[in-house]
Amino acid sequence: MTKNLIGHRLEIFFRDPELDTRGQLLRDKLNALDLSVTIDNLRLSEVYTLEGNFSPARLREVAGLLLNPVIHDVLIDESRPLGSADAVLEVGFLPGVTDNIAHSAAATLADAWGEVLSPDQGIYSSTVYYLEAKNLSDGDYRLIGRFLANALIERLHWKDRSTYVAEAGMDLVIPRVKLKEHKGVSRVDLNIPEADLIALGKGGIIDHYDAAGNPVRRGPLALDLNSLKTIADYFAGVEKRAPTDLELEALAQTWSEHCKHTIFAAALDDLEDGLYKTYIKGATKKIRKDRGDDDICVSVFVDNSGGIIFDDDYLVTDKVETHNSPSALDPFGGSITGIVGVNRDTLGFGLGAKPIINRYGFCVADPADSKPLYRSKNQSNQALRPRRILDGIVDGVRVGGNCSGIPTTQGFLTFHPGYKGKPLVFVGTVGLLPRVTEAGRLSHEKAALAGDYIVVLGGRVGLDGIHGATFSSEALTGGSPATAVQIGDPITQKKFSDAIVKEALQRNLYSSITDNGAGGISCSVAEMARECGGCRVELEKVPVKYPGMSPWEIWISESQERMTLAVPPEKWPELEKLMQSRGVEATVIGEFTASGRCQVSYNGESVMDIELEFLHDGLPNKHLTTKIWPSAENDVLLPEAADLVLTDLFLKMFKRLNLASHAYVANQYDFEVQGGTVLKPLVGRGQVDAFTTVVQPLPESEKGVSLSQSLYPALSDINTYAAAAVAIDTAVRNLMAVGTPLSRMALLDNFCWCSSDDPERLWQLKECVRACYETAVVYGTPFISGKDSMYNDFSGFDADDKEVKISVPPTILISSIGVVPDVARVRSFAFVKPGDLIYLLGAYLPADYDLGGSEYLALLRDQGLVVDTAAGHAPQFAPVTQLSFYQKVEKAVATGQFHSLYSLAQGGLAIAAGKGAMAEGLGFELQIPGGDRADLFLFNEHPGRFLVTIAPDKAPGLEKALAENCCLQLGRVRDDDKIIIRQNNAAAVETTTTELLSAYRSTFAGF
Amino acid sequence: MAQPQVLLLTGYGINCEEETAYAFQACGAKTKIMHVNDLIAAPETLSDYQIFVVPGGFSYGDDTGSGNALANKMRHSLWSELMEFVAADHLVLGICNGFQVLVNLGLLPGGSDNSLGERRVALIANSSARYECRWVNLAAADSDTVFLRGVESLFLPVAHGEGRFFTTPETLAELQERRQIALRYVDNENRPAAGLFPVNPNGSLDDVAALCAVGGRIFGLMPHPERAFRMNHLPSWPEYSALNPEAEWQKDGPGRIIFANAVDYFS
Repeated sequence: MTKNLIGHRLEIFFRDPELDTRGQLLRDKLNALDLSVTIDNLRLSEVYTLEGNFSPARLREVAGLLLNPVIHDVLIDESRPLGSADAVLEVGFLPGVTDNIAHSAAATLADAWGEVLSPDQGIYSSTVYYLEAKNLSDGDYRLIGRFLANALIERLHWKDRSTYVAEAGMDLVIPRVKLKEHKGVSRVDLNIPEADLIALGKGGIIDHYDAAGNPVRRGPLALDLNSLKTIADYFAGVEKRAPTDLELEALAQTWSEHCKHTIFAAALDDLEDGLYKTYIKGATKKIRKDRGDDDICVSVFVDNSGGIIFDDDYLVTDKVETHNSPSALDPFGGSITGIVGVNRDTLGFGLGAKPIINRYGFCVADPADSKPLYRSKNQSNQALRPRRILDGIVDGVRVGGNCSGIPTTQGFLTFHPGYKGKPLVFVGTVGLLPRVTEAGRLSHEKAALAGDYIVVLGGRVGLDGIHGATFSSEALTGGSPATAVQIGDPITQKKFSDAIVKEALQRNLYSSITDNGAGGISCSVAEMARECGGCRVELEKVPVKYPGMSPWEIWISESQERMTLAVPPEKWPELEKLMQSRGVEATVIGEFTASGRCQVSYNGESVMDIELEFLHDGLPNKHLTTKIWPSAENDVLLPEAADLVLTDLFLKMFKRLNLASHAYVANQYDFEVQGGTVLKPLVGRGQVDAFTTVVQPLPESEKGVSLSQSLYPALSDINTYAAAAVAIDTAVRNLMAVGTPLSRMALLDNFCWCSSDDPERLWQLKECVRACYETAVVYGTPFISGKDSMYNDFSGFDADDKEVKISVPPTILISSIGVVPDVARVRSFAFVKPGDLIYLLGAYLPADYDLGGSEYLALLRDQGLVVDTAAGHAPQFAPVTQLSFYQKVEKAVATGQFHSLYSLAQGGLAIAAGKGAMAEGLGFELQIPGGDRADLFLFNEHPGRFLVTIAPDKAPGLEKALAENCCLQLGRVRDDDKIIIRQNNAAAVETTTTELLSAYRSTFAGF
Repeated sequence: MAQPQVLLLTGYGINCEEETAYAFQACGAKTKIMHVNDLIAAPETLSDYQIFVVPGGFSYGDDTGSGNALANKMRHSLWSELMEFVAADHLVLGICNGFQVLVNLGLLPGGSDNSLGERRVALIANSSARYECRWVNLAAADSDTVFLRGVESLFLPVAHGEGRFFTTPETLAELQERRQIALRYVDNENRPAAGLFPVNPNGSLDDVAALCAVGGRIFGLMPHPERAFRMNHLPSWPEYSALNPEAEWQKDGPGRIIFANAVDYFS
């Protein structure tokens, strides 16, 4: 097997098998699959494959650099099964997939030897699994393989013991990328029949023809017929030539739904200016005008993040992104690339903000759902199961966030069956930057100048991430290209992140900066070119990972960890030297111009030369129309109250996927790094999930940044207007609960929609966005940044080849950010003092509890206590009636009189009280008003309410201050762990905080 | 010498240098954050400092074993300067990833013959096989650690994927004998963790959380004292301040004494 390859294998493993805890835990996880036999033992080894000729002495030296002699042994070019393995599996990356371990190993060799590996040498990492398990079946091999490897990015190779022995171990595999010499640039004839144009837009440019004469296309351009006709007219009429393949690919990137947000931009029904301008930007514009001098917005909707005032000297920025499509295919790669990518939206804000907090949010299906789904017929191309997706996306943010040294404090998990086909992965980053740089520049303003060098820095360009932007604009089907999957490299990024925000920014070494995200340099350079009016790029100068890439691939590749800077020529030597000394590759690839054109050459040949204006603004305006979607609301026939065992339901609520403890995720994320987290993601000794966190970014300032978010996908299922209004109300109220004034809050919107071509879905969207406007304007909380992802649908098959389409529930995530004036006044929701009185603040509606979209209704459905189709009604909620109440609450919070505050959300009052009690193990007793249905009183999710505790001597003052609004005394905090909820002097719920904690923690105990 | 000069290393994924520098400054030291490549370019500058700190972080992404790659780089480029530095009456501190670096460099715990440079202990993947960010209780063991003077117990956060202390029984016995075990994980009533998760968050042998070199001037610990520097770093601060509205958030947290001891050593 090894005869044509020159290389060596170093296999490093624990000398003492007892230390191989990863192997032991994997064994347990594999045994939890449906295997036909039990795996008795599993051991791991880490393999480094060295490409090229190395002497035995050199190899021993390499081994010495990569292993730890205290714990490891090594096999160099020899094989010996670890333990008494019956089967051996090797998993390594496919050629071209980011291999961070190998990068670090190569750097280690270079550090030791004082020189890097030569171009014909290389190093690659892989993992070998030695399984002791007799009689594994073919099915077992498949299950284990699917668990341990992702065939989209990894190779896996099995050998049974006898083969392993006969062939002297695993094979030497060198995953070097070998590309055929590229074909240069081609012209694409657009003077073709409409059907061919449609095929071109859908499937992409024809790459070649297969043996049967059928065209093999490069991958979707995602351009519709109208757009292609516009492009054809432009080239025929203005340029008088056919476009190059690169030009067409670049236009497809720039005009993609992902980049241009065509649905939000399009005229819709009677909204000439479209949803975005009318409702989102419109809300912010109105709020800013109403605020006048008290406006907190500094830079909104124009940059990579939104920026608001933190104090006299600093701005804070915020941005929340989604990375849904890649995460469906490779959850780890998708989520790590997402979090590291959104960090760059911080670095790319203004002249560069320092990332100070990460956010996350994962929407997945029930992890216990193991019913398979397939992207293609005949049980082929199986989609990943929800548990696998969840584990992978949790891991990705862990590695990306922790390695970057950014505290990941704020996040959530949400479960809904609609996320089975495509998960939603939200990632966000908050940044901090001085309002004025040391050089005296306003930090949120930037402009590339004609004559500035175009500089790319960070990672190199590869085939990974080709067609990412256009891909996420299409629903997931069997033809989705695997090149859309990438793996982030947080250390490469950390190096340039520090060099930019901690050094180059202070030294004023660049005029402008932006991130390379969707569309790669084709978008970043062209975007910056607008600042000065043109650009000229020499594509052959772009550093590539391997030779053989076509010009169009270099231009649109989304390979990660790259920034683009505009650097005045006289500053370039200093920047180059700085980056060199920080281990960061920086390269001049051209210059910004005032030509009005985007000009790209490759080895002297012009490959793109079009008007910048057409590139950015040539996209034809669409006019979309909606169609009223029939309401899904209905009346619920509830079971008799007397038939319910309330204590049982109370405990069950805390076990629900959406309400149970997700602490296992919070504990994997470094929420303390940078030393500023003052309200943590886990509250009290009970380590109960917080809904809001607060970070104090400057150690000498008492100001804090408060973060929260809210989403109600189950409510969206029946009423998207209500889902948005309630989400905004909750996200705002969550910040109020920690002492954030309404006037110091801002919002971010993330729409993750489905089937957005469907006029009924568009109607739902329109309602949702209208609610965003109407609610935000009432509260005076501006939108500062947002993102939409419009096609979160899965089309495939079940095990019987029956077609399956799964769409996410129309999802609006509202993230909130605020500035807390005094971190000393920040309260958690923990009950802290026996005898404190418990109050419900806000609407009390005994007659008309709304259950639509609530967790309680879902529980009743799951328990068979109501019919499956019971949907209920959305809350009757008018934000305008809340405002004066919120203003009074804000005043009360500012006095510091509350001992705890909980902003009611999913699960209602019962969850608030239970979590308050579990935090410090102090029980409570509550009295339910006599005439109410106990379950509805406890579990309804009506918005606009708080549960607070307060010392008895402060209570009269509170009741007086909130006289006109509801301020209902419900009970008191106990001095023991008993939880007692009574109605008419009879106990309705009786439990203890200990029992409740164990219920709360049980659902994710094995995760 | 009234005010010690502290050099804090950065680069390649180190990420706790700013808050660690702040902790030293607040205790009266002068600090300089220096990229490892700048130090390698001018290694003689190390002699301008009295305290050398390898802060926490993720150098080289923990690839090839946490701390290994950065230790390798330092061994090949800074070894003689480091030896000169520790031979003088100076202090060395490694926090979390910095501790992993010191262990891989063989600065901790040092050989039986008091030589430096040999790897004798390892900090390996947590026995949960997972990154753990949580607060832990620690008891000071019987050691000569300068940084732990006057310390009996501490409450600090850990945040690491590879903090499981491991060595041979012989080396462990020798470390005990030579008073080099500095901190151990204990429960909230100061009883030994006995290896049990989460009180011992990573499965460390003998619950060891920190080591010092003979003489107590080189110190490495897995927990992060700089993240427990002031009162409102404590996870119980919101509940505490609710009941004690007059409490000041700036007051000393449990981690501060480690930095104060280091600074005081030079006064």
